[in-house]
Amino acid sequence: MNARATATVHGWLLLLPAMACLALFTHWPAVASLIESFYSTPKARRPARFVGLDNYEQLLADPIFWKAMSNNLWFALGTIPTSIALALLMAVWVNDKIVGRTWVRMAFFTPTILPMIAVANIWLFFFTPQYGLLEQVVGAFGGRSTNWLGSQDTALTAITIVAIWKEAGFFMIFYLAALQALPPSLSEAAAIEGASRWTYFRRIQFPLLMPTTLFVLINAVINAFRMVDHIFVMTRGGPDNATTLLLFYIYQVGFSFWDTAYAATLTCVLLALLALVAFVQYGFLERRTHYR
Amino acid sequence: MDRRDVLSGAAALAGSLVLPGLARAQAATEVSFFYPVAVGGPITKLIDTYAADFEKENPAIKLKPIYAGTYQETIVKALTAHKSGTPPVTSVLLSTDMFTLIDEDAIVPFDSFIKTEDDKKWLASFFPAFMENSQTGGKTWGIPFQRSTVVLYWNKELFKEAGLDPEKPPASWAEQLEFAQKLTKKDAAGNVTQWGIQIPSSGFPYWLFQGLSTQAGAILANATGNATNYADPGVVEALQYWVDLAQKHKVHPPGIVEWGTTPKDFFEKKVAMMWTTTGNLTNVRGNAKFPFGVAMLPAGKRRGSPTGGGNFYLSKKATPAQQEAAFKFIRWITTPERAAQWGIDTGYVAISPAAYETAAMKAYAADFPPALVARDQLPHAVAELSTHENQRVTKALNDGLQAALTGTKPPQKAMEDAQAEAERILKPYR
Repeated sequence: MNARATATVHGWLLLLPAMACLALFTHWPAVASLIESFYSTPKARRPARFVGLDNYEQLLADPIFWKAMSNNLWFALGTIPTSIALALLMAVWVNDKIVGRTWVRMAFFTPTILPMIAVANIWLFFFTPQYGLLEQVVGAFGGRSTNWLGSQDTALTAITIVAIWKEAGFFMIFYLAALQALPPSLSEAAAIEGASRWTYFRRIQFPLLMPTTLFVLINAVINAFRMVDHIFVMTRGGPDNATTLLLFYIYQVGFSFWDTAYAATLTCVLLALLALVAFVQYGFLERRTHYR
Repeated sequence: MDRRDVLSGAAALAGSLVLPGLARAQAATEVSFFYPVAVGGPITKLIDTYAADFEKENPAIKLKPIYAGTYQETIVKALTAHKSGTPPVTSVLLSTDMFTLIDEDAIVPFDSFIKTEDDKKWLASFFPAFMENSQTGGKTWGIPFQRSTVVLYWNKELFKEAGLDPEKPPASWAEQLEFAQKLTKKDAAGNVTQWGIQIPSSGFPYWLFQGLSTQAGAILANATGNATNYADPGVVEALQYWVDLAQKHKVHPPGIVEWGTTPKDFFEKKVAMMWTTTGNLTNVRGNAKFPFGVAMLPAGKRRGSPTGGGNFYLSKKATPAQQEAAFKFIRWITTPERAAQWGIDTGYVAISPAAYETAAMKAYAADFPPALVARDQLPHAVAELSTHENQRVTKALNDGLQAALTGTKPPQKAMEDAQAEAERILKPYR
């Protein structure tokens, strides 16, 4: 009994550093944001006072918030399925014995390890009108010149493409690891049965990869709401808020306008959104992913 | 660590406790100093050299210059540090951040440091145009340092090709349009290969636009920073001119033009005339492979350009000794000789008339006359748009400008919306 108590204490002590960090950097800021969202922004001559739901009312009436929200949904819709599909495709490809496999794997993975700010600067020049890389390719096929980042119709798509390019290689690593963990006897059995490559992928590989897909999906959703760095370099949310995403707007309100209470309110909305998504994914999808 | 170290350490500690006066006399006053980089060139190296020179002359002061990113990033860092209690003693921040810094109670005015006749003379030595964004309510809150105006750069080679006089820049809006039409080239498929003119509109379009609105005779904000004039007919007229350059006359690239790649477009001969800061002068001189000219912005109803750039501010939370030391440094670096050198090294406007009378600046200007254009434009310059809640009020204008330039709103409607938003934000400050 005594030994058991000691073990319990030991266990808790081992957990303590991680728990302290989690509480300090995750739980406390979330709670503090929630509390702050019910107060006005403190100014040098005007301390914060309780305003109830005023900040939330302001949020509902704020057109830029709704614009950021819809941009973010389109951004998520644009990045998540495409980057996951690309990652799966690339992983299946480089899992085979092809010539120069190491090189291809490295090429696919390179975007992931580059710093986002550097990536954004490179892409800024890809998207440059007239002499940018993209323009030269389009021009070679006789296409018209486009101002990719400077037009309301294409700016968000351009931002989305950079995100996909950056994400796909990262997710590929997880798929590659999962593919290599599949027992070789399965592919041998499929070969003996005479199953086609497509059937093998559809009936064996893909279902067995489902837990990985769930993991990647959760990461992709979080990233879609977290991705913000390249917006600073490439568009700063413009033209006229066409590329303002939720997190970028929170930064702007918090650190450009110093309206900390409203930033806290926006943060709470983002948290609630992510919590909802996580709830759906863990509570609903996870039960259906495991291959039985 | 051996025992001797411990003992001497303990002795030093005891000494500093017993004789605090003595210990303090030996320790230098430490002055942390945040600064941004907003133009091309080896700015960090220049600042480090200045700091080393200053310390050599003032051994009692230890200067710690810290490069803090863009203007935007620098003010975020400075204000975050202020809120956490240990801000930099002095920072170079946008002159337009003055009202924000006052509202946050983050800075002290320079007036209490001005004691002697000599100090008063120094304060009066700056170009008056730069002091418009440095003073409010009868107090001086910022000291001009890396200041600029918008100027027009033109490619003399392309002017000659188009049959224009390569030595004659456009002097009026009508000429600017006429020249731009001659300078715009198209290929067989109808794609434009060379634009006549380019005015960047990413990030802070309001600044370049303020050139146009001033030329149209409008002033964007009042001097106390609590009212804007975005829907003024002059402002709408200026925006209409800008929009027409792209959408009606097709001599200016459509959509948003990137600030950062505009000089590169100029070097690549994709554009024959560009508007950008005089702070890019040294960059353009180093990278343009063709003869180029620099001119004042063309006149509409009048000539005009906003001033721009950064001022020195003094932190309220620093100790009086630190503030005094920082003040000493600011006076040191704004002497005519150093202001002239800074202007030569970067292209920024030297901040006082006296700097243009120094031998170094005279020699430089004789060799490279464009260096004087920004100074000559100063009498036509107006204060840069600056209000309370500056970032937010400016964003309202920026969004409206971008909406008009991308064609989603007509200029009139875009400016009315921007004005309504600014009204809402500024109401509590009246």
